[in-house]
Amino acid sequence: MITVTAARKHYGSFLALDDVDIDIPSGSLTALLGPSGSGKSTLLRAIAGLEGLDGGTVTIDGRDVTAEPPQRRGIGFVFQHYAAFKHMTVRDNVAFGLTIRKRPKAEIAKKVDDLLEIVGLDGFQHRYPAQLSGGQRQRMALARALAVDPQVLLLDEPFGALDAKVRTDLRQWLRRLHDEVHVTTVLVTHDQEEALDVADRIAVLNHGRIEQVGDPVTLYERPANDFVMGFLGSVATLGGQLVRPHDIVLDRDRTTALALDAKVADSPGVITATVERVVPLGFEVRIDLRADSGERFAAQITRRDAAELGLHEGETIHARATSRSTVVDHDPALAI
Amino acid sequence: MTSNAIDSRGAEHSASPLSRPGSSGRDASETTTDGAGEGGRSRGSATPGTTPKRRRVGTVRPLGIGIVTLWLSVIVLLPLAALTVAAFSEGWAGFWDAVTAPAAIAALWVTVLVSAIVAVVNAVTGTLIAWVLVRDDFRGKRFVNAIIDLPFALPTIVASIVLLSLYGPNSPIDVHLNATRWGLIVALLFVTLPFVVRSVQPVLIEADREVEEAAASLGASSWTTFRRVVLPTLAPAILSGTGLAFARAIGEYGSVVLIGGNIPRETQVASQYIQQQIEIDRPVNAAAVSVALLAIAFATLLVLRVVASRTQRREERDA
Ligand SMILES: Nc1ncnc2c1ncn2[C@@H]1O[C@H](COP(=O)(O)OP(=O)(O)O)[C@@H](O)[C@H]1O
Ligand SMILES: [Mg+2]
Repeated sequence: MITVTAARKHYGSFLALDDVDIDIPSGSLTALLGPSGSGKSTLLRAIAGLEGLDGGTVTIDGRDVTAEPPQRRGIGFVFQHYAAFKHMTVRDNVAFGLTIRKRPKAEIAKKVDDLLEIVGLDGFQHRYPAQLSGGQRQRMALARALAVDPQVLLLDEPFGALDAKVRTDLRQWLRRLHDEVHVTTVLVTHDQEEALDVADRIAVLNHGRIEQVGDPVTLYERPANDFVMGFLGSVATLGGQLVRPHDIVLDRDRTTALALDAKVADSPGVITATVERVVPLGFEVRIDLRADSGERFAAQITRRDAAELGLHEGETIHARATSRSTVVDHDPALAI
Repeated sequence: MTSNAIDSRGAEHSASPLSRPGSSGRDASETTTDGAGEGGRSRGSATPGTTPKRRRVGTVRPLGIGIVTLWLSVIVLLPLAALTVAAFSEGWAGFWDAVTAPAAIAALWVTVLVSAIVAVVNAVTGTLIAWVLVRDDFRGKRFVNAIIDLPFALPTIVASIVLLSLYGPNSPIDVHLNATRWGLIVALLFVTLPFVVRSVQPVLIEADREVEEAAASLGASSWTTFRRVVLPTLAPAILSGTGLAFARAIGEYGSVVLIGGNIPRETQVASQYIQQQIEIDRPVNAAAVSVALLAIAFATLLVLRVVASRTQRREERDA
């Protein structure tokens, strides 16, 4: 369990962490999610001791480590750009933490071989980092961090420098690894899809503050505010409310379309709009719309529904949010 | 680093050592074709399509090679050839006699000994100075940074006079180094100060701090991190700077001419011996010892090159 209490951090006059409180349960994989510059790395590095705090405390498994240097916090840290020791072989990289602890040679060799097998770098022992792909380097960095049996594993955008395909593969792999190793893990990412994909808890950061902490489903379905809603998944602004694009019902005929819910057919929730574009996205189709008020929004419907509707650009249509949709009142002050 | 080493070798009074730190490291990576220079340490982008730039340069190749060859011939190779011819004008035996004359051997020995000491001291202090200039913040840092190049900018005879007035017979601080090997060492330390500093500085600026943080997170103390992680990264630059300082020191004349005292077998260095032989009209002796100096300098640069390319082979070309 990692507990951060009232963490504050200034860079000059800029407030990078603004009284951050967060509990990270033991054995969880928690994502710190937020836009660039929101303070994710600062928070992670404060947990690691790589960045000092102006105020607040950090405890790891009940031990107050606020004043401890990174060497004595029992952490493993993985950087976006690998931070490989380029003059050492893969084996020496992974063994580094054990070598400097002067463990017996045989123990080191066994541990390194085991870890390299876990991360799928068996047979790469004698290569240099320069001879590995980005994904392999990052797996090496992970093995290196795990070699010292850290109490917590901290990952700062670990897949950020990799291309899309490798990135998705590697995060699935990280998820499986975590299910095996169970070390308390904190992952920093600005990619909501990545957070939803791997994490069992997500903390959303914005401007150095935590907006909401929860499991992915809660955050997606019951966002605390429109920032969280906007950051996790796409949104459309419909009559002053934020709605998920796939929670929008469209029909050509105002009364029948909305007859599903006849009693709201005349409610202000029904919006008349012009179809500007129909964009096929594979399984779904995105309809770009312009409301009579001039407001633009997009709806996302299945291909079948789109085929039934047979929409054409330029025609007029009626739209409203489904009754069970996730809706947050739009507060311009919190907008992204 | 290697090409950088060769660039600044012949350019002790040119603007190159005065250029801003960082620029030399970058030049090195662009002009080295056989492997990544120090620039390879920076986090390059992952795009593989960076080769066209090199191809565009290729279009001026025949003309470029022509100019380079001509330039090197006129400025470097022809004089060296003339020198070698002069040294062997009385045949191999004449050359050998000239080089193995006791006074010649003594002068060469003093030169190499003193230069080696100077080079080693430079390796340590130069690295330290570069470290402080890059990593620490203090008042007057820019001033100190500019001061480093002074030995390059100052005529060496001026340095000699300065040192003589400070450490000479009338020393205001009562330190008398006149006509001692210590005097030689101090003078050579002065003129070779910038080499290691200026070759380590850009590497240190480019160095990835996260690598050091990674070591710390794995439990390494600052000293362990320096020794096992930072030093290996700096090693090629330190080595290159040290080699250049050594090569410069063995040929140095101006700065040692006054404070050295020119005492044969004690403080007479090879360059002074050469000067002496010219004065007593023994041009073959002078040329022969010059060739010996040349051979030592060349061997130094060759060793540097081999070591540097060996370390660079495994260095990252950042993919
Ligand atoms: N060493 C630093 N000096 C000055 N400002 C910094 C430093 N590190 C981070 N910042 C600033 O603090 C803010 C938060 O940074 P960071 O935690 O890295 O954000 P994130 O990781 O969420 O992108 C950013 O605006 C950034 O510019
Ligand atoms: Mg960051």
